[in-house]
Amino acid sequence: MHVRLLDIAHARSGDKGDTANVGLIALKPEWYPILDKYVTRDRVAAHFSGQIHGAVVRFELPNLGALNFLLHGALDGGGTLSLKTDAQGKVYSTALLRLVIDITDDDARASGLLAAP
Amino acid sequence: MSDAPRTVRVASGQGFWGDWLEAPRRQVEGGQVDYLMLDYLAEVTMSILQKQKERDPKMGYARDFIGAMESVFPAVAERGVKVIANAGGVNPDACADALLVAAEKSGVRGKIRIGVVTGDDILDRIDSLLAEGHLLANMDTGEPLSTIRERVLSANAYIGSTPIVEALERGANVVVIGRSTDTALTMAPLRHEFGWKADDWNALASGIVAGHILECGAQSSGGNCLFDWRNIPDLANVGYPIAEAYADGSFVITKHPNTGGRINVPSVTEQLVYEMGDPQAYITPDVVADFTSIRVAPDGENRVRVHGITGAPPTPFLKVSIAYRAGYKAVGSLVYSWPDAMEKAELADRILRERLDGLGLKFDHILSEFVGANATHGALAGDGRDAPEVQWRIGVRGNDRAAVERFTREIAPLVLNGPPSVTGFAGGRPKVEEIVAYWPALLDKRAVTTSVRVLE
Repeated sequence: MHVRLLDIAHARSGDKGDTANVGLIALKPEWYPILDKYVTRDRVAAHFSGQIHGAVVRFELPNLGALNFLLHGALDGGGTLSLKTDAQGKVYSTALLRLVIDITDDDARASGLLAAP
Repeated sequence: MSDAPRTVRVASGQGFWGDWLEAPRRQVEGGQVDYLMLDYLAEVTMSILQKQKERDPKMGYARDFIGAMESVFPAVAERGVKVIANAGGVNPDACADALLVAAEKSGVRGKIRIGVVTGDDILDRIDSLLAEGHLLANMDTGEPLSTIRERVLSANAYIGSTPIVEALERGANVVVIGRSTDTALTMAPLRHEFGWKADDWNALASGIVAGHILECGAQSSGGNCLFDWRNIPDLANVGYPIAEAYADGSFVITKHPNTGGRINVPSVTEQLVYEMGDPQAYITPDVVADFTSIRVAPDGENRVRVHGITGAPPTPFLKVSIAYRAGYKAVGSLVYSWPDAMEKAELADRILRERLDGLGLKFDHILSEFVGANATHGALAGDGRDAPEVQWRIGVRGNDRAAVERFTREIAPLVLNGPPSVTGFAGGRPKVEEIVAYWPALLDKRAVTTSVRVLE
């Protein structure tokens, strides 16, 4: 089934220089394994391709039901150098929540996203 | 005496210079607190303050702090609330002097003992540090400091909790610091109250996590919170967060009764992941905290318990924040309306760029955005063809001030000589700004010595 991250997660983002960080948090603890399995570093890099100019790095925080992504080269130079409206990367959070992932029915059932047959 | 374990309550009253002026007073009047922590410094703030100090040697600190203190003097003088603030900027001594004058005026002089922490400012020592072999290379790019040496405006080491603890031990009830870490403002009073040893890594890491949750003001108590945002009550009356801490390092994040906002596990978690790098290595001068060890749990209405935090010894380095002049920039905008708002805005953009070329103006960088269509989410937001209006926003950056200045005069003419259905030019020509950029570096801790004075 197709799931948009907005429907299973919330997020907050910020900056460090020219790097944006996006913390992606499962709305329910049982949905964290879905984020962990499907929102891979490569998937996120493809999502933002053309918009960021550096690597994507992923960290896991299972204790918080969260993933943390660093998006390098995301802020047009960052800080005061940036000419972007979102120079501090404050809304990369909601840009990530646009991502639609395609999860297997088994995973959807295990996480309660699909009712058991 | 009750048998309840002793707690220390640290209240957050300011998340940056420019935060809500009402917050400090509301934090000391809304209920019992032991400490008020006020965070004034962002990465670019130090350079702004340095420019102010160059114009007037008595300036260079966060002036809002004096007003904030006037609003909390009764609590500090009569009820024993202590204040920790990195309002000193590049001139903590001048900040303390101004505070003494304000205390005199308010009739509390003698009841205010100001601990002034200095030593973070290394601007005058840069050349000797370089000569001693400290590279101060850019942490992000690896470039040596020599590339920007002549353009440096300010240079400060982020200092940790130790000198703040010393000021409290020497009886200060207001501590004024320059460039401390934001988290030290919360951790220092906990270390002081509970007597945590300098190598009690888990306790110190807990103090850092408490500091991280408090340092952005209401961002952990319902402000800028995406989770269930429609139902967060009464943000007009938002209560800023308070850490109610225990000697074992655990703490509860809460807020005063009868305030708005909301503290729950999602609101605290959003703040925990804010501006995070590697969660297993949250590096501070005092300790390296492991954010993957944090446990958060509900603890009643508007209360979240945080515990289980582990830490490890710090690195031998302090982070240094260097600000340098990096050319000029200007950003202007016009609004185009339906029909075909996006196409008109794109045409305006092409026309302006052709004119800039025709004038022979050279910039390091030009960026065009279409606000209302795709400025913040880019191609992920679609093509903006149906937008009822689009704000075309264009900025340039370069070292030639005259070129940037000329750019600012090229936008308004488009109102009469460019595409139709245009408005939104009432603000006049955009301003040329000098860019002060940020250069993060590392410095051997042994090269920085802090000192503490206590004034009455």
